[in-house]
Amino acid sequence: AAEGTEPMPGDGGSPPAPQRVLFPPTFSVSEIKNKQRRHFMFVRWKQQQRKEKLALKKKRRKEREALGDKAPPKAIPKTIENQRVYDETTVDPNDEEVAFDEATDEFAPYFNRQTVPKILITTSDRPRGRTVRFCEQLATVIPNSHVYYRRGLALKRIIPQCIARDFTDLIVINEDRKIPNGLVLSHLPDGPTAHFRMSSVRLRKEIKRKGKEPTEHVPEVILNNFTTRLGHSIGRMFAALFPHDPQFIGRQVATFHNQRDYIFFRFHRYIFKSEKKVGIQELGPRFTLKLRSLQKGTFDSKFGEYEWIHKRREMDTSRRKFHL
Amino acid sequence: SPQVVWSMLGNRQFCSYKMTTKTQNFCRNEYNLTGLCNRSSCPLANSQYATVREEKGRCYLYMKTIERAAFPRRLWERVLLSKNYEKALEEIDENLIYWPRFIRHKCKQRFTKITQYLIRIRKLTLKRQRKLVPLRRKIERRENRREEKALIAAQLDNAIEKELLERLKQDTYGDIYNFPIHAFDKALQQQDAESESESDAEREEDDDEDVDKREFVEAEDSELSDFEDMDKLETSSEEEQEEEGEVEKKASHSRSKGKTPLKGPARSKRPYIEIEYEKETEPSSKTKAA
Repeated sequence: AAEGTEPMPGDGGSPPAPQRVLFPPTFSVSEIKNKQRRHFMFVRWKQQQRKEKLALKKKRRKEREALGDKAPPKAIPKTIENQRVYDETTVDPNDEEVAFDEATDEFAPYFNRQTVPKILITTSDRPRGRTVRFCEQLATVIPNSHVYYRRGLALKRIIPQCIARDFTDLIVINEDRKIPNGLVLSHLPDGPTAHFRMSSVRLRKEIKRKGKEPTEHVPEVILNNFTTRLGHSIGRMFAALFPHDPQFIGRQVATFHNQRDYIFFRFHRYIFKSEKKVGIQELGPRFTLKLRSLQKGTFDSKFGEYEWIHKRREMDTSRRKFHL
Repeated sequence: SPQVVWSMLGNRQFCSYKMTTKTQNFCRNEYNLTGLCNRSSCPLANSQYATVREEKGRCYLYMKTIERAAFPRRLWERVLLSKNYEKALEEIDENLIYWPRFIRHKCKQRFTKITQYLIRIRKLTLKRQRKLVPLRRKIERRENRREEKALIAAQLDNAIEKELLERLKQDTYGDIYNFPIHAFDKALQQQDAESESESDAEREEDDDEDVDKREFVEAEDSELSDFEDMDKLETSSEEEQEEEGEVEKKASHSRSKGKTPLKGPARSKRPYIEIEYEKETEPSSKTKAA
């Protein structure tokens, strides 16, 4: 077999770095039948590749230095966010159609300050301790929210009662094997229902370097990276949970940050140390959400009209395509 | 004959429908009336036998007689029972008239049990049913991994801080935060809007003050936040005037916010450099911070 010019070591140890080994061009490591030898040759080939790459880098750097100011600017590294497949539903900030839609959708009363959000938080049947504590902490984070236990009641019967008592939003936290793993957020008077998969839930005591308890002040809301139409509507849903006028004295901020279709929720207390520097301290629970479906009316799993469902086979095909 | 069958299957040899447990023997035959393996409940060992079975929510009475023992296909006679409970019981009675008491009684008992569980099924289907969705391991793993990577890519703390600073710049917080430079910039813009000539003159003055003010602002902030800013303060003031401990002294003494206007003109008389020796206590506090 055509191989390099070095003696084979008897054991399977890593080969010494070869000085100049020439692999003939028609040679492929995968053709060697012996596994040990194949592995050995592969490792050696890899080392060679790395060496070549380093040499190339060095050469390029020397060239760059030699050129000095005339050197071409550095190439921007490719990230997934850079390479994201362009979504045609991306919202242009000046789009009038979107603005018009938003002025007339179900959240318009909230954004026109006609309604004050009042939220009902509940769980699935028989919640375990962790979920119960999570619900309580969530209730401290979201102002004007109430936790009620679900004692086997059907959601379809709860919803009319909630509407009668002036609740604007309903949050149901689904539990599985003693940890919360799903969230259903429903805007009540006939609003859209979003079903999320919830993961990495951290209660307050599990957060390191946390501050004191969140106070009763109304927090600010930060919504990051909600670019498409779908993302916009989800962002508005989240914004509608919090009262419109935050109390800046409280210095608390709730963040919903969307990155690659995962929505990270954090709750911080901030302090401005100067105008260029701000310090933040995490209070409050944290969790991540991934949208599974968005339904037009209130919660109805059988007869509801779905605006968007995550279809794994169609939507998970490309690594660079995101929907929110 | 049935006795022979029983003595063979029931007691001694093998019966495939028989299930033995520690305390009892059960019979898995679908036509069995009680479910136990007894001489009187074995459908194979009794030539005259009856059962009640339900199919798709309707109950039927099955009967087997000696006359049809030779015709396995026609062995079991099936009678549909009425949906009404009492009427069905009467039908059982009239079909099994002259039959042994045991079989009649057990048939009625079995029928009662069946109707009860049918009622239960109907009630449960009206209530909510928990749908079990299986987790797909590969997908769960994939999503967890993507979530981790997204978290790293998100750089949440930086993003939040940037957003907050943006909001501060755009003045959403109004007058709460007293950063003079900021307010000064705003005032500058306002003056620009009004008239240029006046603002020019003011600007020159203000620039002078501004140069000195800058150090002072940071000194003020030290009262708001921790010792790290004292550090910054120390280094920055050292950069600018190395000889003077005056700045730091003033900073440590002045704990109120309103001192800016006073200090401004005082500072602008800077051509006289006053060299003052620092007190010993102050540097120690700064070094503690460092």
